[in-house]
Amino acid sequence: MTKNLRVKTSKFVDETYKISFKFNGTTYYGYKGDTLASALLANNIHLVGRSFKYHRPRGIMTAGSEEPNAIVQLHKNSPRTEPNVRATEVEIYEGLEASSQNCWPSVNFDIGGINNILSPLLPAGFYYKTFMWPASFWEKYEYFIRKSAGLGKSPTMPDPDIYEHKYIHCDVLVIGAGISGIMAAKTAAQNGFKTLLVDEKPYLGGSTIYQNSEHFKINNQISSSWLEKEISEIKKFENLEIKTRTSVAAFHGYNFLLARENLTDHIPLEQRNNKTRQRLLKIRAKKVITATGSLERPLVFDNNDRPGILLSSAVEKYANLFGVACGEKNVLFTNNDSAYETAISLHQKGINIEAIIDNREEIDSKLIKETEKNNIKIYKGYTIVNTYGYKRINKVSIMQISKDGQKVVGSKISITCDCLGISGGWTPAVHLFTQSGGKLKFRDEDQVFIPNIYSSDQISVGSCNGDFTLDEILSNIPNILRNFLKVKKTDYENLEVYSSFNKSKRNIWLLPSDKVIGKTKPFVDYQNDATAKDIKLALREGFRSIEHVKRYTTTGMGTDQGKLGNMHALGIISETAGSKMGELGTTTFRPPYTPLTFGTIVGRNVGEYFDIFRKTPIHSWHVKNKAEFENVGQWKRAWYYPKNGETMHEAVQRESKAARDSAGILDASTLGKIDIQGTDASEFLNRVYTNAWSKLAIGKCRYGLMLNEDGMVYDDGVTTRLGENHYIMTTTTGGAATVLGKLEDYLQTEWPELDVYLTSVTDHYATVSVCGPNSKKIVSQVIPDLDFSDENFPHMSFKNTKIDKIKCRVMRISFTGEHSYEINVQANYGKSVWEKCMEAGKDFNITPYGTETMHLLRAEKGFIIVGQDTDATMTPIDLQMDWIVSKKKYDFIGKRSLYRSDTIREDRKQLVGLLTENPDEVLEEGAQIVADFKKTPVEMLGHVTSSYYSPNLKKSIALGVVRGGKNMIGQKLIIPMENKQINVTVADPVFLDKENKRLNA
Amino acid sequence: MFLIECPYCGEREQSEFKAGGEAHIIRPKQPTELSDDQWAEYLFMRKNIKGMQFERWVHTHGCRKWFNVVRDTSNDIIKAVYKMGEKPPTK
Ligand SMILES: [Zn+2]
Repeated sequence: MTKNLRVKTSKFVDETYKISFKFNGTTYYGYKGDTLASALLANNIHLVGRSFKYHRPRGIMTAGSEEPNAIVQLHKNSPRTEPNVRATEVEIYEGLEASSQNCWPSVNFDIGGINNILSPLLPAGFYYKTFMWPASFWEKYEYFIRKSAGLGKSPTMPDPDIYEHKYIHCDVLVIGAGISGIMAAKTAAQNGFKTLLVDEKPYLGGSTIYQNSEHFKINNQISSSWLEKEISEIKKFENLEIKTRTSVAAFHGYNFLLARENLTDHIPLEQRNNKTRQRLLKIRAKKVITATGSLERPLVFDNNDRPGILLSSAVEKYANLFGVACGEKNVLFTNNDSAYETAISLHQKGINIEAIIDNREEIDSKLIKETEKNNIKIYKGYTIVNTYGYKRINKVSIMQISKDGQKVVGSKISITCDCLGISGGWTPAVHLFTQSGGKLKFRDEDQVFIPNIYSSDQISVGSCNGDFTLDEILSNIPNILRNFLKVKKTDYENLEVYSSFNKSKRNIWLLPSDKVIGKTKPFVDYQNDATAKDIKLALREGFRSIEHVKRYTTTGMGTDQGKLGNMHALGIISETAGSKMGELGTTTFRPPYTPLTFGTIVGRNVGEYFDIFRKTPIHSWHVKNKAEFENVGQWKRAWYYPKNGETMHEAVQRESKAARDSAGILDASTLGKIDIQGTDASEFLNRVYTNAWSKLAIGKCRYGLMLNEDGMVYDDGVTTRLGENHYIMTTTTGGAATVLGKLEDYLQTEWPELDVYLTSVTDHYATVSVCGPNSKKIVSQVIPDLDFSDENFPHMSFKNTKIDKIKCRVMRISFTGEHSYEINVQANYGKSVWEKCMEAGKDFNITPYGTETMHLLRAEKGFIIVGQDTDATMTPIDLQMDWIVSKKKYDFIGKRSLYRSDTIREDRKQLVGLLTENPDEVLEEGAQIVADFKKTPVEMLGHVTSSYYSPNLKKSIALGVVRGGKNMIGQKLIIPMENKQINVTVADPVFLDKENKRLNA
Repeated sequence: MFLIECPYCGEREQSEFKAGGEAHIIRPKQPTELSDDQWAEYLFMRKNIKGMQFERWVHTHGCRKWFNVVRDTSNDIIKAVYKMGEKPPTK
């Protein structure tokens, strides 16, 4: 089987540089400049994979990013492994290892191939129809489907490569460096525009650069030579940046584009370390010129998918660019002149052509005459009706097409071959144009969609704009560029162009066959195995919208997004349904144009750079004292401080007990702090909190609940009146930014007449909270000058004071139910104040505690945590906090919603305490609560929101929300768990010190 | 990602802003005097139109100011930007 099909040296491939690589475990050789596909073809290997549904053998079909079949896995079992890579885009390097994907156990013998024989049983929608019933069987079906089908395998080890993001701003972005792109980029650069030219391939010049033919000339030079000179000229411009191996993935509105630049994918693995592998370019361009070219269409006939069947343009490219013959007995099948270009190229290289089958009957062009001169047999007015050969095409049979194109006539002729090049004409690559919001129009004469209405400052040029021939491109471009760039002239006015190409084409979406369609396999989407038969079935079953047909048949839903077959699908739908192509529309082309790696998408934002994290000024002390940390929003908060190998539970029990028995200390610096000033500050607080604020004396603190306009609790915290027109508000740690945003919103948009100014000061202060029966003794040692008597400094009040010379604010407020003080100092003194408290508290066993103990202590006291005991469906009344809702205030945010018919229902979920029958049993947070098991369906009454073992009460305590819970105190309920039922009693949510004796002790 | 002309800072990328829903919905001055239906109209009912939409935006990662935008939701083209309290453009 192995043979050398390298026919002639190509200047694009370096034959002095031999490269070895492995494919499915066997070592092969290629040259520098080869793609994996060209190197395999040079070794006479076409079979590279199996199709998705029927597991049919499939070969390399194209020479570009539109490839549907030759999808491989690179470097299996390596951390650098990558699935779903197109062999046509992989540049080979020493040590490259590639393997086929969709086959098991091997590409040559594949168990799933049985699906091919069963295919009459596997019509469109088969998986939906069969495997969805009975539902309980799905798991079993799925196991087998997943094993035998499926695309590549994702890596299981961390990615060793580096990726990055880069912003680029330019005047003109040119996408595609074919002949049109080169001319556009040069014109832009000449006129002083800061220009960026990108192309997905490693070389410039598109398909013209290897079009070495006397039949295409510009100013009397062969087109490729002319273009080479242009390319050498554009490289001189300082204001023109050129990026090859760069594929535009997405074209968004406002000329914002994403592109992937490949930097190391073409070099050996061992040379890649410490280099950036891929870069995601975020491009903002004032103007965009799209020159993405066009894709050759396949032809749709029975068994048009065998290995050895390629696009005719791909056969030409492999010969011209890589010096590779795709076969020794080549047959071409076409409906237009393109295949004759291929024929002439192959002939020039000495590659044998058995025959050309042309579905057009009366044809005449310079290209055809030239072909005939070379004694190549042309069958005019014929179509292929079938192909033969399982793992490689070995024969085609052809028949004449009737005048109306509807059926075949006459007798069958067989032609042996080992390669078939097919050409169904060209489809403009309008994917990026439509992504940007552009609207297409349908051109009836050659059945193509072309750009019509642009959504931003952009233009399409060349064959992506429907100009397929050299003379069309060159005669249109100067005018387009002059108008678009608003320049007086270009270098390309009045070029002398010689092109032998004749535009005539006989477009038949589904070619006629001598068999009924049910007995044929004319593939439309190669990757997903959708045939013309499937599309017709979908229409028979009543599907009409192209988007529905697409999903039902999976046409265009592979990793190639059906770049080759979408037009045929549309054509067959319109013919079958009798609708007009232009009215049918197209399916949506979604970004990315070709798949992106996750690495490129995330760039440097991995590991510890995934998100910023915020540390308090006391953070280093917590680290030194072995705290475990918890993420609260972006904050790293000390969670608990395990001592001598304690478990979390043990540490929390110890910390909780110490805080109530003597003294605990907490870093509360993360609480949101908003400085509020202005003559209307009191009025403002009246409007945003549920309770009244006007009468709060200077130097006093008050707890407030903030609601949304829908009446649901949004945030809570203590606010202190520092002066007549000056308050400091605290918010929850997680809510700080959104609360500030919400307050600003009301101030700026609803109440601009209020004189109020808000400033976030969260990061400016450190907060040290000392609690417990001995807290007063400790804090008075740290601040000896302050009078800590209850008369001078009662609960819920505040003092301005100093520690040494450092100003600080001390609040006597409590979130634990213990007598406690919060000391606020300028952030950079936070750690020193903390250490002073630790020193002063030594004799009192002062115990640092983390968020877990804080949560336990507040739960003992029945204090809620917004976001844990509440979700966006809890009103203050549901929380049994009626006391905080002012009856007197005329209005505040959310007030009206508290007596909507829904919010006054008695059977809303309400916050209650839960006590377990067995005091040692701790409930699981989130567990469901029910009353009755006998009645089915079992009615869910609510769920557990907070649950702990309280070392101070020596029993399990929990908070939960229960439907109508307020009136159920004392009632027994059940918590059903996986293996047991836990009996609980509904209780008051305040478990400890209901009389607040400890606060004032 | 579109570009938005903040009336205070100038043209910036969308990622600096947050959208705040439909504009020109005024909070009732006397909510307590509204029926449930009237209050629900203010609280919940929002337009979702294909075409010109008046909406609120805030320059979160910038000047923190709220302002109004007229955006064509079918193509994201912003037709006008104006400050809070200013009259919406008529055409
Ligand atoms: Zn701004």
